[in-house]
Amino acid sequence: MDNMTIIAVASIVIAGITTGFGTMAPALGEGRSVAAALSSLAQQPDASATITRTLFVGLAMIESTAIYCFVVSMILIFANPFWNHVIAQATGK
Amino acid sequence: MRLSPDEIIFLQHGFLKLNATIVFTWGLMLVLAMGAKLITRKLSIGLKRSRWQNLLEIVVTGIEKQIEEVGLSQPQKYLGFLGTLFLFVAAASLCTVIPGYEPPTGSLSTTAALALCVFVAVPFFGIEEQGVGNYLKSYVKPTFIMLPFNIISEVSRTLALAVRLFGNMMSGVMIIGILLTITPFIFPIIMTALGLLTGMVQAYIFSILAAVYIAAATRVRKPTPEPEAKH
Repeated sequence: MDNMTIIAVASIVIAGITTGFGTMAPALGEGRSVAAALSSLAQQPDASATITRTLFVGLAMIESTAIYCFVVSMILIFANPFWNHVIAQATGK
Repeated sequence: MRLSPDEIIFLQHGFLKLNATIVFTWGLMLVLAMGAKLITRKLSIGLKRSRWQNLLEIVVTGIEKQIEEVGLSQPQKYLGFLGTLFLFVAAASLCTVIPGYEPPTGSLSTTAALALCVFVAVPFFGIEEQGVGNYLKSYVKPTFIMLPFNIISEVSRTLALAVRLFGNMMSGVMIIGILLTITPFIFPIIMTALGLLTGMVQAYIFSILAAVYIAAATRVRKPTPEPEAKH
């Protein structure tokens, strides 16, 4: 395989693995936090405003880790610096 | 496939580029500013008021209430900054229903600029509230060892604010773009509706996080009274 093929294959495969594995842990974490929030809502319905707000902020924090993975895989697919470098070298020759 | 609206270029004159991000940002700013100006031209204090004035009052009092609930006791002082952040991000994502429009918050430059505003505003409000000395002292609390970590957290949360908003907005546009090639009918509409929801949630989260950071910086340390035991 030449360099271009290796880079293309590696980028595509790693992009999939990044999003796939990177969303697992945040999904588990979000599930746990929503479950905890629901049970505390059931126990204390009066505190619903505070619980909901804290839940949203926390969910955003957890979700941002998944978003980072997504951004990395999008960069790997659509704005890959190594790919651009190889293309520039190939056209420069 | 485009990663951000930065890559749509309308005009180019040497080094200067006029890309879609700048155009849509200024368009949104014009719409928001002119709209607010037009609505507040003739305000009434009686019971009879225009529909638009009602809308604005709902928005303003809603934001004020949210800011107060975060722990900032004088919401009027922070309403200008936090309200603007919320309204801009919310309008940027709500306008995605207009065809041909790309949310300017889908570009890392815009979100980085917004996050930098928060980065500057937090020490500003903190110093204004408790003075330079007390604010700087908050960096070495609880012990001096925490100083580097406090500084790192300042920077990293700014980065997180920027990348979170960018990632969410960009993913919305990207998913719709990919779905259009797979299932061009009906289904992209559902994803657009979902995108509107996540856009509002992200706007809420961005401004609430900014409010939380400001609240943490402006909190004057007082000995808290012992909470009463509840039965």
